[in-house]
Amino acid sequence: MIDIVVEAKNLRKTFGGLVAVDDLSFSVMTGECFGILGPNGAGKTSTIKMIYAFSPPSGGTLNVLGMDISRHARAIKAKIGVCQQENNLDPDLTVLKNLEVFASYFNIPAAEAKRRSRELLELMAMEGRAASKPVELSGGMIRRVVVARALINRPELLILDEPTTGLDPQSRHQLWERLDVLKHNGLSILLTTHNMDEAARLCDRLIIVDRGRLVVEGRPPELVRRHVGRHIIEITDHNEPVRAFLRERNVPFESVGHRTLVGLENGEELCGRIKERFPDAACTMRMANLEDVFLRLTGRELRE
Amino acid sequence: MKLYPDISLRLFRVWQRNLIVYMQSWKVRSLPPLLEPIFYLVAFGVGLGSLVGGVRYAGEEISYTRFIAPALIAITVMNNAFFENSYASFVRMYYQKTFDAMMTTPLTVQEIIAGEILWGATKAVIATAIMMAAISVFGLISFPEGLLLLPIAFLGGLAFGGAGMICTALVPNIEIFNLPIFLFITPMFLFGGTFFPLESLPDWGRTTAVFLPLTHLVNLSRSSAIGRSDASVITGLAYLVLFVSASFPTALYLMRRRLIK
Repeated sequence: MIDIVVEAKNLRKTFGGLVAVDDLSFSVMTGECFGILGPNGAGKTSTIKMIYAFSPPSGGTLNVLGMDISRHARAIKAKIGVCQQENNLDPDLTVLKNLEVFASYFNIPAAEAKRRSRELLELMAMEGRAASKPVELSGGMIRRVVVARALINRPELLILDEPTTGLDPQSRHQLWERLDVLKHNGLSILLTTHNMDEAARLCDRLIIVDRGRLVVEGRPPELVRRHVGRHIIEITDHNEPVRAFLRERNVPFESVGHRTLVGLENGEELCGRIKERFPDAACTMRMANLEDVFLRLTGRELRE
Repeated sequence: MKLYPDISLRLFRVWQRNLIVYMQSWKVRSLPPLLEPIFYLVAFGVGLGSLVGGVRYAGEEISYTRFIAPALIAITVMNNAFFENSYASFVRMYYQKTFDAMMTTPLTVQEIIAGEILWGATKAVIATAIMMAAISVFGLISFPEGLLLLPIAFLGGLAFGGAGMICTALVPNIEIFNLPIFLFITPMFLFGGTFFPLESLPDWGRTTAVFLPLTHLVNLSRSSAIGRSDASVITGLAYLVLFVSASFPTALYLMRRRLIK
């Protein structure tokens, strides 16, 4: 049994003059759920496209399941499952046929393919729609079928590119529950996302990338403690006097429009003092989360 | 060393996928090749044929319907394979992302494209078989020589499928297919020795026609349907084999360049 399912060293991807992935190194361990987070255009998709042997690296080394991606692409693809960002179910085939035909690409015998397809549709709570065509399904259902399809070859590593983008909260939670089950069954999962709830909920470990480079790596709770603290105090009024008050006390803060944000290990005392001093200011304290880390490290400006 | 290390028999899985989709609606899909030759034979053969009378072919006078029937098969081969590997393959590649999904499996791009072209040729053979049945009712195909139409259709299908796939690899969007159809398919349809003998063309027209694949496919089909052959059969076969051995690897190369970024 190998301990490392993905090992990237100094990975690079360039498209002409554009550097999409710049000197990225990280490892994904067996049995863990690993996240690649980053704003739009950070290089998340470019990175995992290299991992599932869709797009050849421009530099660096990349081993998946102990094999070099540039020499064993076919053998690697036989052992991984991939959910791409686009919903690319075969629109000409029913849900069940989608899985069976996909199984044939792995040379899985027809009878076995049929058995696995039914089993996986059940796992994804889609057995009732086996005879439907993809156009008849909702976005959440399509995603679940795509995940079922990715599991048809009993992969050792499941790769998901923004699995819940565009889904409503119900569909998102349902998909997360299914992924939880897979994770508890010991499947290694690699996903990209820019949904922080998703990363916090699913990922054991993650990296944040921006402009193709590694920004930070760690476990979600650790990252929050390390980069923000335990608490966040948000003050949404009386900005100037509040900020002057904080400056006096050498408390670092972040100004975001009409809001002032303070991240710290224990915010109760400070929050109480601000409330005392500025009784009209709307001052609230909450637990810091991954989104605070993400915004702090990648900035707040829009990415197009 | 293998000539094509990235091609295995797995390419038949792609072929099979297209066959499964085809079989879901085989009745509707079989209608055009069944009815089209009948329409053409009635319109051109009975209508125009009564004005034209006979045509001299290989030193012999034959009826106009007998002259155009094998050409209709050749045209169907061209259309089926070219359209399958241009419009239909483009839709699968660009809109349905079917190739993207296949590329996450052990299938290589080369296998996907080879499977697609093979399917285009297969579709041409299926259409040919159906047309042969319809045309035979009119007694316009000599058997057993006429059975050679099937392998000829396969070879022609590979040629036009490869040409269609090259277009798919190059066009920026689906509208652009009008260009090769207008510049390549339509002139061949009209001037490839289909509805009148090449001898009626001026010298430069005849010379141009010799470079076009449909001319040779029509000639081969006609020889086999009528059941007589001469040296032009050898040149025709040689031309198509050469055309396929150039277009097929070119299509694979260009599609690889388009799909792997």
